[in-house]
Amino acid sequence: MPKNFNHNISSDISMTYTFSKMKLTVVAALGVTIGIAIYIFLNSMMAGFARMSDTLIFRNIAHIRVYKDDDISRPLISSENSDKKVNALVNPKIVPESQTIVNPTLLMDLLRKEKDVTMVTSQVATGIFYHKGESQIAGNTIGVNIEEADKMFDIQTTMVAGKMLDLKSTPNGILLGVGVADKLSVKVGDNISISSPKNVTKVMKVVGLFRTANSQIDKVKSFMNISAAQQILLQNPSYVTDLDVNIVDYKNAVNYSNRFSALTGYKAEAWQTANETFVAASKMRSIILTSISFTVLIVAGFGIYNILSMTISQKMNDIAILKAMGFKGNDVTRIFVQQALMIGAIGVTVGLLLALLMVNILSHTYVGGDIGYFPIRFEPFVFFQGAMVGLIVTFFAGLIPARKAANVDPVSILRK
Amino acid sequence: MDSEIILEAKKIGKYFYEPEKFRVLDDISFEVKRGEFVSLVGKSGCGKSTLLYVLSTMDTDYEGDLRIHNQSVTGMKQNQLAGIRNEKIGFVFQFHYLLPEFSCLKNVMIPALKLGNFSKEEIEHRALERLKMLGLADQALKPASKLSGGQQQRVAIARALINDPLIIMGDEPTGNLDSKNTDIVFDIFKQLSHEMHQTIIAVTHDNDFAKRSDRIIEMQDGKILGEVKN
Repeated sequence: MPKNFNHNISSDISMTYTFSKMKLTVVAALGVTIGIAIYIFLNSMMAGFARMSDTLIFRNIAHIRVYKDDDISRPLISSENSDKKVNALVNPKIVPESQTIVNPTLLMDLLRKEKDVTMVTSQVATGIFYHKGESQIAGNTIGVNIEEADKMFDIQTTMVAGKMLDLKSTPNGILLGVGVADKLSVKVGDNISISSPKNVTKVMKVVGLFRTANSQIDKVKSFMNISAAQQILLQNPSYVTDLDVNIVDYKNAVNYSNRFSALTGYKAEAWQTANETFVAASKMRSIILTSISFTVLIVAGFGIYNILSMTISQKMNDIAILKAMGFKGNDVTRIFVQQALMIGAIGVTVGLLLALLMVNILSHTYVGGDIGYFPIRFEPFVFFQGAMVGLIVTFFAGLIPARKAANVDPVSILRK
Repeated sequence: MDSEIILEAKKIGKYFYEPEKFRVLDDISFEVKRGEFVSLVGKSGCGKSTLLYVLSTMDTDYEGDLRIHNQSVTGMKQNQLAGIRNEKIGFVFQFHYLLPEFSCLKNVMIPALKLGNFSKEEIEHRALERLKMLGLADQALKPASKLSGGQQQRVAIARALINDPLIIMGDEPTGNLDSKNTDIVFDIFKQLSHEMHQTIIAVTHDNDFAKRSDRIIEMQDGKILGEVKN
């Protein structure tokens, strides 16, 4: 007689086992719930935190900075290739060349045409002294086109006084870090004088104050118009010290920096290279959180493994008779793997809800500073990943004891 | 039809290796025809149970050839053997081995649901028929764990019958029952073999039970000592 019907009796038995021992199921599912919730919660925190700290760091630097690196003269210039065999011995020192990037407009156009480049701006960076009355502070200033710079560094969000765009209409305007302003005790509208390494002194008008996440930066940094910066350095309007480049995927900046170096002939430095400690710290943070979250999940997996092993040793008689009646090894495996997956599915579902609740609570927790509320939000990918990882862990936690059950020799049990 | 050979054992031999190598079955050959009610008897340790488990296809570690319904099952894969057991063999053990979480009806239905030859409704109908035949129609929906020992054993018989197997194999099927229930179970077996031409092979040490069956195969030290036809 042909086999006409597939009644899926294994699944039926699995359901009965799962729901007739509700207490065990709930305990095992609870383990998964907590594991999943913590896994997702930690990973959401990590994602939110990483996003926040990346945002903060990109307020100060671009993804890739193209600049003219200092050349050091070689101590020994040997003349092996010439006939006269005269070796030149000199002190190694920085070759006194200008730090300018030659023909910046052409290079900017070149970079803008590159794939994945989202923005290119030029700037003039230099160290300066701020003076007001008796007080004098060493610091640095960046000459920028303020609109472009705002797009790249999001200066607007750091402004605490004055108007950022006033800089555009005030040729001798300056945006000061709040630390600088405090030390000089100036406010918006006051004048200060600055002096450059070229010994040029210029009176500037404070048009705004900004506060970044880093108070050290606020104590030294200022923005002015690029033309003003060129002036105090006694340079012409084509003088540019840095080109800042933003790309689509900032995590990939290192690869692009190599290409841009070759393309422009200047040093192109990725933000990761310039901030190795920061990158290493965030790597460590993610390793710590990932290992904690995985440990929690593995513990939940062991919970399922234990409970399933227990169920299976209680069900030895059932397994033996089912095999005697014609259940194949795979049918038996299916019964218990399905049970594990059902426990897992219940646990994962509740775990997702719990994680959502935890994320929601934390996102309403005020942490202060310019961060405000804890930077965590619903991360669909993290939730998806958590659910998948949870089900995979459950699957294997069930598969191992289920395989053992499938290999039970019915004769040894039935012959008692 | 009555002379159709259902099961044929040819020179079945088997060793036990623990505690030392020992030939537990020694060239056992016999045939069982359709409708026969065979008892395997012998002292404990004579190999009768071992022989039954070889015949049941669950024990595959043996020499010789075993044919069920003119098909050699020796050397078949576990999964094929499981299919053969599902379709062609029903089991009744000393202990009932019902699944305690399920109702009697469901317990009876399980092998048929596994086989999948009928729709669920038909299977339920067939299971009820068999429970009715065994006098358990009113217990059908109770959980298996709530029944008395004799009733549980009858449910186990109903389960063994659900797929209309070629052979019912019993390992001490009345071993756990009192005399009243033993009689009931015996009468059921007798009825099955005589009225429905159901082949039955049962290991027993109950001499009364054996004497009332059609054919007694007596074993000693792994060999067939003799046969009695009643």
